[in-house]
Amino acid sequence: MKRYDVIIVGGGHNGLACAAYLARAGRKVLVLERRERVGGAAMSEEVFPGFRFSVFSYVVSLLRPEIIRELELPRHGLHILPLESTLTPLQNGDYLAQWSDHDQNRRELARHSVRDAEAYDEFGLLLHRMARAIKPLLKVAPPDPASLAPRELWDLWRLGRYFRGMAQKDLHALWKLLTMSAADYLDEWFEGEALKGTKSASGIIGTLLGPRSPGTAYVLLHHYMGELDGVFRAWGFAKGGNGSVSAAIAAAAQAHGADIRTQAPVSKILVSGNRATGVVLGGGDELRAPIVISGADPRRTFLGLVGEQHLPDEFLAAIRRYKFRGSSAKVNLALGELPRFTCLPEPGPHLRGAVSISPSVEYLERAYDDAKYGEISRRPYMDIVIPSMLDPAMAPPGKHVMSIFVQYAPYHLNGGWSDARREQLGDTVVDTLAEYAPNLKSAILHRQVVTPADIERIVGLSEGNIFQGELTLQQMFFLRPAPAWARYRTPIDGLYQCGSGTHPGGGVMGASGRNAAMAILGARA
Amino acid sequence: MLKTTPFHERTAALCASHAWRRWAGHLVASCYELTHEREYHVIRAAAALFDVSPLYKYRVRGRDAARLLDMVVTRNVRKAAVGQVLYTPWCDHAGKVIDDGTVARLDETTFRMTAAEPNQRWLQDNAAGLDVEITDVSDSVAALSLQGPNAGSILESLGAPPLKYFRIAPATLAGIPVTVSRTGYTGDLGYEIWTDARNALRLWDALIAAGRPYGIMPAGMLALDMARIEAGLMLIDVDYVPARKALIDSQLSSPFELDLAWTVDLAKERFVGRDALLAEKARGPAWQFVGVEIEWNSLERLYLDVGLATRLPSAAWRMSVPIYADGEQAGYATSGGWSPVLKKYIALAHLRSRWATPGTPLEIEITVEHRRKRAAAQVVKKPFFDPPRKRS
Repeated sequence: MKRYDVIIVGGGHNGLACAAYLARAGRKVLVLERRERVGGAAMSEEVFPGFRFSVFSYVVSLLRPEIIRELELPRHGLHILPLESTLTPLQNGDYLAQWSDHDQNRRELARHSVRDAEAYDEFGLLLHRMARAIKPLLKVAPPDPASLAPRELWDLWRLGRYFRGMAQKDLHALWKLLTMSAADYLDEWFEGEALKGTKSASGIIGTLLGPRSPGTAYVLLHHYMGELDGVFRAWGFAKGGNGSVSAAIAAAAQAHGADIRTQAPVSKILVSGNRATGVVLGGGDELRAPIVISGADPRRTFLGLVGEQHLPDEFLAAIRRYKFRGSSAKVNLALGELPRFTCLPEPGPHLRGAVSISPSVEYLERAYDDAKYGEISRRPYMDIVIPSMLDPAMAPPGKHVMSIFVQYAPYHLNGGWSDARREQLGDTVVDTLAEYAPNLKSAILHRQVVTPADIERIVGLSEGNIFQGELTLQQMFFLRPAPAWARYRTPIDGLYQCGSGTHPGGGVMGASGRNAAMAILGARA
Repeated sequence: MLKTTPFHERTAALCASHAWRRWAGHLVASCYELTHEREYHVIRAAAALFDVSPLYKYRVRGRDAARLLDMVVTRNVRKAAVGQVLYTPWCDHAGKVIDDGTVARLDETTFRMTAAEPNQRWLQDNAAGLDVEITDVSDSVAALSLQGPNAGSILESLGAPPLKYFRIAPATLAGIPVTVSRTGYTGDLGYEIWTDARNALRLWDALIAAGRPYGIMPAGMLALDMARIEAGLMLIDVDYVPARKALIDSQLSSPFELDLAWTVDLAKERFVGRDALLAEKARGPAWQFVGVEIEWNSLERLYLDVGLATRLPSAAWRMSVPIYADGEQAGYATSGGWSPVLKKYIALAHLRSRWATPGTPLEIEITVEHRRKRAAAQVVKKPFFDPPRKRS
């Protein structure tokens, strides 16, 4: 039987990226994936004949450019098609569009507010600088300010020097972004409700927080870090759906010699004398390796696969406290025709970008109010894309697929999730969207509704949290997932983590997988 | 969609080249004919008519209008007489230029400001507590620029009163109420004519009709670009990065570094950027914005070496070109071209102050048959072209 240096639990995009980097460095790597295909939540599936859905995650923006480069992902099939615009239909029949063309965008913003049109560029420039300021943090294992370990002190010194080099006004802006709510932060810049609503939506994705909750300004910045080909804030759609991202990383890993086994669920991580020694598969087979890396989230990894008896109390307490609180759902539609939005009924370039149901901050905050007390938002926030507009192969000729990201659909729903509640969510989403695009209902050929409970059941993300744990400041950087254990290591020797539950967190970013590999290889990122 | 100007119906019909470019979100002609050559020569030999409507224009009115503008721009607006026009940059609090344009005093309490970028928010934010009304009249005011030695005669034939350099006055041309300013972007005798956008086509037709005996021709941005380089006039986004768009500090420029010291009135008690500019004045600017002339013989030699006759750019270029002095990089040129009227190869350049004195020998990078070479050049005084008729 083949002997492996490394076993990776979970074939999500981070597990695959970690495998690719380790295999590239000459390690013998085995990836074990529970499901019949790799990708985790970055997965495409023909759910309805002829219609391919990015069932869970659906856009690419945060995927680290160095991963695309170093793993040669375009050679392994990755083609990212740019999303060009964001359309926010309004309840009064008007709309706010944000276009990629600067002149077109300025003109459209000025139609709503001359001041906002002017502030927009300055705001973009500031967030660009902030994203650049944060970027060095994404590539390194986060040092703990309280640590005295020489390696961490060295990293801290480097970061400290870096931040001292920042202009004072940038440092002030960064502090605000780290502490304020998205709504308050945007109030400092803009007056238009639709613009503030749409921008603040980036601040709430994947959290059970509202746009007026402190800390959400940072999540806004996190989403601004989308960077493709050196262009900040470029959002794209992977040809073939987000499964293509995973497939390309998997192909890169295999090209470097990694083995990938699907339908190979891991039931247990073997620990002997505080050392990981291998895994037990669902069928009872044991596989041994000196290094085990878990791509599963911290709760599943430690409370599920490792077992509490092997872990120190303080660490256990931190993992138990680590917040998931999934709050988002997906509705995927197969459409017989394009939606006709009341504000822009004819097919046009606005359908090649995102459509955001976020008419105001208040709309989002009300959506959050429902979720705060355990209910589905009566009027949810939605981020919609029509992948078949960019990649016609996603649907039969002339037909379309629509991907709807929905928030809030709290994991901890009053009365719990059931088939009836799932359909209720689907109805709420379709009803709400049909207020803006009346032909929607008659255009639907097939509907797939994915609740946080479904995400947990199918992909294994605890509480259906798309980021493997909320991206809130108390569990970011050197606190992710637990104080003193943020550098991909764990209290068990030879056991590492590489999922989004580690720094720098979620989105189809791949940084956790790469950083973990680098930490294991002892190389500086 | 891009915006069109109030003159589009006329300019589109004339634009045989179909060469359009963008200016502040508007479509404007690069050249009307198939090449811009005649349009350029008309500026220097007859009269060229430019559609300059895409300029951002603000009407600033009220008891504190002069106070606000005096606070925002570097020149002294309070001292401006009614009917006077000031060219001026304006700065952020760090004394770095965010835009440049003109401020015209239409009456005691009414001004019109032109700008390359939108500035409504900036003006409003600086107007806190002041009795002033700021109106964006960019779309409602149409503007034409009539430039060239015959420009004055054409306006005179339409009954416009005589105007001194950088003065503005109301007038009625062919029954159309306008304001005429003796301003422009060519360094020649020239005027700009401002009117309600609804009168735009009538004004265009009247000027073309009156100008025909004087050789008037509509001209596009390619011709204008060469003329403004000859005039030594800088262009935002080309010759300097406005402070609002700078990604790093080294992209910022102060008025002193742009050869605009003459526009900075440090005797004013308060204006945005004053403290920083005072400090910079004391230590001296690190950079200067200068004219550079490329020496023909040196240029010719580079081409002769590869068996070619000297090649000259057919239109003005706008890119960053390294300039060397004493064996190191002394700076960079940002626009340049062959001046047909001067028969000289000229450029506008940023140089570190120690190399900025007129007469300083330089070398400028030039690509000859795919290879980078250096041609001899020297610092010269701006403007390159400065005919007495401009001010007389």
